[in-house]
Amino acid sequence: MSQKNEFKLNPKPSWKELPIASIIPQPSTSRFYLTGDWRSFRPVIDKDKCVGCGLCWSYCPDAAIKWFEDGSVEVDLNYCKGCGVCAEECPAKAITMVEEVEE
Amino acid sequence: MSEEKYFKTLKDLPKEELFVQGHRACSGCGEAIAVRHIMKAIGPNCIVISPTGCLEVVSSPYPYTSWAVPWYHVAFENAASVASGVEAALKVLMRKGVLEKKKIHVVAIAGDGGTVDIGFQALSGALERGHGFAYICLDNEAYMNTGIQRSGATPYGAWTTTSAVGKAIRGKVQWKKNMPAIVASHGIPYVATACPAYPVDLVNKVKRAVEIEGPAYVHVLTPCVPGWRIPSNISIKVARLAVQTGIFPLYEIKDGKLTLTVKVPKRKHVKEYLKLQGRFAHLTDEEIEKIQERVDRESESLGLGPRA
Repeated sequence: MSQKNEFKLNPKPSWKELPIASIIPQPSTSRFYLTGDWRSFRPVIDKDKCVGCGLCWSYCPDAAIKWFEDGSVEVDLNYCKGCGVCAEECPAKAITMVEEVEE
Repeated sequence: MSEEKYFKTLKDLPKEELFVQGHRACSGCGEAIAVRHIMKAIGPNCIVISPTGCLEVVSSPYPYTSWAVPWYHVAFENAASVASGVEAALKVLMRKGVLEKKKIHVVAIAGDGGTVDIGFQALSGALERGHGFAYICLDNEAYMNTGIQRSGATPYGAWTTTSAVGKAIRGKVQWKKNMPAIVASHGIPYVATACPAYPVDLVNKVKRAVEIEGPAYVHVLTPCVPGWRIPSNISIKVARLAVQTGIFPLYEIKDGKLTLTVKVPKRKHVKEYLKLQGRFAHLTDEEIEKIQERVDRESESLGLGPRA
């Protein structure tokens, strides 16, 4: 599995390095492109209110929410774009969107 | 419903992502939500073909790819032709013993432009030839990727950059093409409509489409945040309202028999759906009533029940 976690391709290749038809030989490489810096609002989950239904996991466009076997959820801020769909759809109103500020 | 269900609740869905993180879809993209579920339903044993469109652009800027499965990008018009070719090639290779005999799902995932306009003849031909593949149309109701131009799937009255709103013309003047009905009239074994606001319904339909023998078609409504002029957090809410107002009824047609999979006992007024979206902001009450009349008529013919 260690191979899976390495990015083997040059992110800025010259045209000479491009394979024929620009095929991408390694699957799922977009995991190495972090979209979290698009975000201007961050979802904050209130663990006491969360009922563990998994709707936020289901409705997340960026697969940035992890839903564990015990029902708890966690946001992966490396990928979260801050769209707020999870906060809107949460039936328990356990997610609030907090504005990102410079620390 | 007598149909077998592959997934009963969200818990039955695999946790593994086959359309992975880091794709460059807009924040709140309905299409990304739909594709995640579609890939969960299909599973890893598949070959996906996508023509040009939002999906291709956001998922494969070199050297990044969001696909964990074999994926082809082909020209705008021929997703269905390529899918037919892939399916025929797999059949031959398995017959000759080059490949191990097993079911490999061939799936074409296209946008509405690549399905109802540009890719239409390729799709119609492939359906007529009866290739064993599933075709999934992600309908965001315009050419969003190139900057919101109208397509055959754009609804009546919607603003786009090529159906601008002025004194003479107020949004698109034609009605939306009823693509699921056109596809169903090819007499193929399975046609369905789905929407990411009902994820369990969506995954069951996609799974049924890939498991069935012969061609299958699933039409998925996917809200577009910039194109529909909506805030990013309500994309699922809008998709749900499209179903609850009867604008986008969810049904499946199996061997010519139509079943409603999501029943709407008290249909909401279309105004609730239209007023959320900036692309319909210019509509007058008369125009909204005109849309409502048409929706009433179509809902009645589908047996969707009266308005609340």
